[in-house]
Amino acid sequence: MAKIELQKVEKKFGELHAVKPMDLTINDGEFVVLLGPSGCGKTTTLRMISGLETVTGGKILLDGRDVTWLHPSERDIAFVFQFYALYPHISARDNIAFPLRAQGESRHAVEQRVKEVSALLRIEHLLDQRPGKLSGGDQQRIALARALVRKPAAFLMDEPLGALDADLRETMRAEIKRLHIDQHATTVYVTHDQIEAMAMGDRIVVMSEALVQQIGPPAEVYYDPANLFVAKFIGSPGMNLVSAVYQDGVARIPGTENRCRVPAEWQPAVQSALQGEPEIILGFRPEAAHLEPSGELSGEVYATELQGAYAVLHVNVNTSEIVHIRTDRLIDYAIGETVRFSIDPKMVRFFNPKTELAISRQRSS
Amino acid sequence: MAEFAKTGPSKPVVEAIRVDKVTPGYRLVNNVRALIVILLAVVGLIPVFVMIMTAFKTRPDAISVPPKLIFTPSLEGLVFLLTERSAASPARLEQLRQAAEGEQLSLFDRIALNTGQEITGPSDYVFRLRNSLIIAGLSTIASVVLAVFSAYAFSRYNVKGKGDLLFFILSTRMLPAVVVTVPLFLMYTQLKLHDTHLGMIILYTVFNLSLAVWLMKGFFDEIPREYEEAALVDGYTRMQAFFKIVLPQAVTGIAATTVFCLIFAWNEYAFALMLTSEKARTAPPSIATMLGIGGIEWTAIAAGSLGFLIPVVIVTFALRNYLLRGVTFGAVRK
Repeated sequence: MAKIELQKVEKKFGELHAVKPMDLTINDGEFVVLLGPSGCGKTTTLRMISGLETVTGGKILLDGRDVTWLHPSERDIAFVFQFYALYPHISARDNIAFPLRAQGESRHAVEQRVKEVSALLRIEHLLDQRPGKLSGGDQQRIALARALVRKPAAFLMDEPLGALDADLRETMRAEIKRLHIDQHATTVYVTHDQIEAMAMGDRIVVMSEALVQQIGPPAEVYYDPANLFVAKFIGSPGMNLVSAVYQDGVARIPGTENRCRVPAEWQPAVQSALQGEPEIILGFRPEAAHLEPSGELSGEVYATELQGAYAVLHVNVNTSEIVHIRTDRLIDYAIGETVRFSIDPKMVRFFNPKTELAISRQRSS
Repeated sequence: MAEFAKTGPSKPVVEAIRVDKVTPGYRLVNNVRALIVILLAVVGLIPVFVMIMTAFKTRPDAISVPPKLIFTPSLEGLVFLLTERSAASPARLEQLRQAAEGEQLSLFDRIALNTGQEITGPSDYVFRLRNSLIIAGLSTIASVVLAVFSAYAFSRYNVKGKGDLLFFILSTRMLPAVVVTVPLFLMYTQLKLHDTHLGMIILYTVFNLSLAVWLMKGFFDEIPREYEEAALVDGYTRMQAFFKIVLPQAVTGIAATTVFCLIFAWNEYAFALMLTSEKARTAPPSIATMLGIGGIEWTAIAAGSLGFLIPVVIVTFALRNYLLRGVTFGAVRK
């Protein structure tokens, strides 16, 4: 098992950056998720770590060893592809044994390892079939077995669950997570699904437009997004972002009577970050807003969505800005009805509209 | 038609098909269409049937008017095709007849005797068929092997000037054969490649390469790169990945390409006529020249054409599943 370090790693196609210089250290045994919309450079980053793509700048270290220019086969890394990439012309057993054969292991040792790994993934009954005959989930299990069989220094997974059905995806998510806990293997996992990222990652690297936006544990990325992109991208629906004007400890939504008190712990930070400009962006998660008759903010119900255990209310807080509020599924709200709500002061965040960055408060504790 | 909407088809429909495709009107149109196709196929196959029949007729049967549909099969055509014969004198003829009665003559000799002739040796056709086999076989192997490697490179690597190179390769196929035969003839006589097996193999290989490279590139493009990439991270070199992973999956394409190359090299006529004379002459021009020598031996020509047809039919038949996929490649979802 190994520690992976990226130092100013970048990838350019001509003048275009696929990945802008990024620094990232992945600790031994850590599960790091690269998260971002398609085309953000997350897969390119993964492929650079594997050696399938060359870097155009920077260094990649594996346990301190510089592997930047090593052939993929010399890096001791396993790769799991979105579409499994199981060799279609040989049986599942031969697929799993394939990496070991490259190392010239004895027949007996290969058999032993294949048996161990297939027991671990509970795929012993599938070993004699061709990959094409198997379901997507089983194919991905075999691909995982092929990655595991060699005991590589690190696992790289490129949207391994992307091609699976929704319910199977949840099962496999748990299986991979479990496998990671058992094997304690350094894993880099690429996905565009933020729910997957939150559920699986020890740390999440949020990327957008070839740039790393934020690196942090799931809770941090969720509750303290570094910028507007991360705030919107994480969560479904994402964080509510409302433009407001700040004055004397109160954020006012222009054109309405809506005012929101800025908690005292935030005031100095907001004051200094804005540098005299009044515009600010108010951010809060749907579950941070509570509907109550005495709430300080009001808006008109625009639409309601039943999500099962709860409902999401779309509320128009001024003429154009709609916020999402999580409510009790048993209470009905009529469209056009005016509702009042307040925001949990612990859950409110502020952003600078110029820099799009989050304003960080002084930690009081 | 209106009735159909209420009652449905008279027989239960067992295949998965759209409702409008089981209405009586559609079925009728479909049957007529099928009939037309069958008729056209039959018309197209008539020459082949005539050829096969003629190959097994005796000479009087072959030229009788109206043509005989029912006849006693004979191997006369085959004997004429494969042997050189001369008319025997009456005395010699009598001698041979006695030998025949004593069962001392071979089948071929007896058939020749029935036409009043004596076999003097094998005909040229045997050598020419052998030439065809050597030249077509070796040139097909050469072009497929070369095409597999170059097409793989074109498919996977950033070859400089890839588009231009591919176009150049294709352009070698654009000139009709007749246009290049004369310069080729002059070059070949200078290079002493005229009328040699090597010369013909090189020529057919070059001509087939364009088709083979393009065809194989299409097949390689269809194989996802992930397979090789998986092999690379699994600890294999590029070369090993190519042989262990890519090649087995390209078998379909290789088979289809082989058939196309073989058919071209086997059937080629214009170059063979110009660039060979004795030693390396292939079957197609030699069948055509048979028309000329001493009266038209229809039975021998038919037998020669049949013999010429058989190897390609066998190969094509053996690889027919690959061929179908080869012709439709790109149109079929992986």
